[in-house]
Amino acid sequence: MTTTPDAPAATTTGAAGTTTLARRRVPHAGLAPVRVGRVSGLVRLRAVLVGLLGLAGLCAAAVAGIGHGDYPMHPADVVDVLFGGGTKMDRYVVFDLRLPRVLTGALVGLALGLAGALTQTVARNALASPDVLGVTQGASVGAVAVVVLGGAGAAVSVPVAALLGALAAAVAVYALAWRRGVHGHRFILIGLAVGEVLSGLVSYLLVRAEIVDAAKATIWLNGSLSNRDWSSVRPLALSLCVLVPLALATSFPTRALQFGDDTARGLGVRLQRAQLVVLLAAVGLAAAATAAAGPIGFVAFLTPQVALRLVGGPKPPPLVSAVLGACLLVTADLVARTLTPHELPAGLVTAAVGAPYLLWLLTRTRRTS
Amino acid sequence: MTDSSRLRAQGLRLAYGDVPVLDGLDLDVTDGEITAIVGPNGCGKSTLLRALSRLLRPQAGQVLLDGRLIHQTPTRQVARALGLLPQSPVAPEGLTVADLVMRGRQPHQAWFRQWGADDEDVVAEALEWTGMLDLADRPVDTLSGGQRQRAWISMALAQGTDLLLLDEPTTFLDLAHQLDVLDLVGRLHRERGRTVVMVLHDLNLAARYAHRLVAMRDGRIVASGPPAEILTPELVEDVFGVRALVVTDPAAGTPLVVPLAGPAAQAAERGAEQLSPKVH
Repeated sequence: MTTTPDAPAATTTGAAGTTTLARRRVPHAGLAPVRVGRVSGLVRLRAVLVGLLGLAGLCAAAVAGIGHGDYPMHPADVVDVLFGGGTKMDRYVVFDLRLPRVLTGALVGLALGLAGALTQTVARNALASPDVLGVTQGASVGAVAVVVLGGAGAAVSVPVAALLGALAAAVAVYALAWRRGVHGHRFILIGLAVGEVLSGLVSYLLVRAEIVDAAKATIWLNGSLSNRDWSSVRPLALSLCVLVPLALATSFPTRALQFGDDTARGLGVRLQRAQLVVLLAAVGLAAAATAAAGPIGFVAFLTPQVALRLVGGPKPPPLVSAVLGACLLVTADLVARTLTPHELPAGLVTAAVGAPYLLWLLTRTRRTS
Repeated sequence: MTDSSRLRAQGLRLAYGDVPVLDGLDLDVTDGEITAIVGPNGCGKSTLLRALSRLLRPQAGQVLLDGRLIHQTPTRQVARALGLLPQSPVAPEGLTVADLVMRGRQPHQAWFRQWGADDEDVVAEALEWTGMLDLADRPVDTLSGGQRQRAWISMALAQGTDLLLLDEPTTFLDLAHQLDVLDLVGRLHRERGRTVVMVLHDLNLAARYAHRLVAMRDGRIVASGPPAEILTPELVEDVFGVRALVVTDPAAGTPLVVPLAGPAAQAAERGAEQLSPKVH
């Protein structure tokens, strides 16, 4: 008994009776099949459009961000310098002072947007972002501990400590939430609880810290992109080179994870392994981002939901979320620098946008249920 | 029809944690037939279906798919031979019917091969065959219960498996839609040669649509065979604890169970009361 697609099917066509020998087409509004050799996929046209608009916004914000500062530059001059023109002074300001900051912002935003899209998809819950799952707080404990306890002779640098803290917190949350796979609500509640414990630990460290150290730690805790140079771009860029392709390749089974566990398994998905691999990639991305810029709240939580609403479809689109995350953070940093004479941390701006959005999402029951 | 069986359970012991559900159960699913598993709530019929579809690991005994231990066969390979429709499956909000049926191709795809021309052929054909082509762009959550179940069956069809396990496919449906879904299941067998195992609540519908009934009680199979041979008043009383008549369905010619409950039982009780002295 074979089940080839050309088995008897004409029995239902009835009066119309047009025996279509041509290839059958699935009516999918707004989706375009892409086939090159053995490689094939289905592209959502609105995702392409939103992604391109996001890229354009990112470029505009980046050029404006590079041009803004004590040595202001016209956007046209910035573009000229980026393509190899300009004076020696211009090149110094762009490449050594400002580009690293904008690049760090873009890469951090990209990593957070992608990480959020993955965790929200795996947990099947819009609230499940790395902020909520203890990753950010774990990074904070690591970073603050080094600043406060380590002093000058610390064995590890702040970013490395943040990275280790984030990974340890993620492992703890996953282990506590695991019950033959992880499930939305349980995962989020345990993530929140672990996050609270870690926040308490951060407060404790700050209270018993020297006042100078406490000030330094507080700056880090606000999530800022100021004073970034190439030494913070390079490790971030390298880790994203590994993590982004890994995340995109492993996220394929997440399409089936949106159904119940039984349906996903029935479709041949190795549920626990798929969840674990995708979560690992997401935690790695969020940890790398937090290590580079401190805790930047709400980007990972916000952008996948915005992307979902702009693009449509059943789950947050990972690539579009990444692009919008980069665009959001670079814009937020620009706003933080222009809004007041004192430079605000970018994390404050994203929180100012994100917090009302969170309230709106929580009061609106349709999607969260 | 040969009595071969691609899916067998042997000496099966199933439990949820420490709570035993069934023990020492043997079942051969006859190829090319519709098998209906019936029995009272909690008798272990859905649990058995979960074990047959590799979702639940047996504590003892084994499930064999094509002679291989199903729990040692990769999930993906199982998903190409055996399709499963869980009880009241959920689709994420906003997912269209086309999206849902496309997911049926998951076991045949990889991250670099997500939508081949063959996938499109199979999905379009499945949508057409179940009459869902016109609703393909509708979100699943806006459909009626019956249409929704049609969409899910369409997905199972697109998965392209010879074996299909359905857990209570008619739950929460009104009579017309129950018949609609079961007619579709009948066509899956007749026109597409599918072997179907389904858990059903309604004994009469099971007798009408299935070639073989498996009647379960307290985690064991009480009787198994063609409905006309095994469905007797004794079996109904034994399995469900309900006194009943079994007559021939005047429309289908299959056995029809008429329970002696409700007004029939009240009438019997009133008869008994008149005989006993009344206390005022």
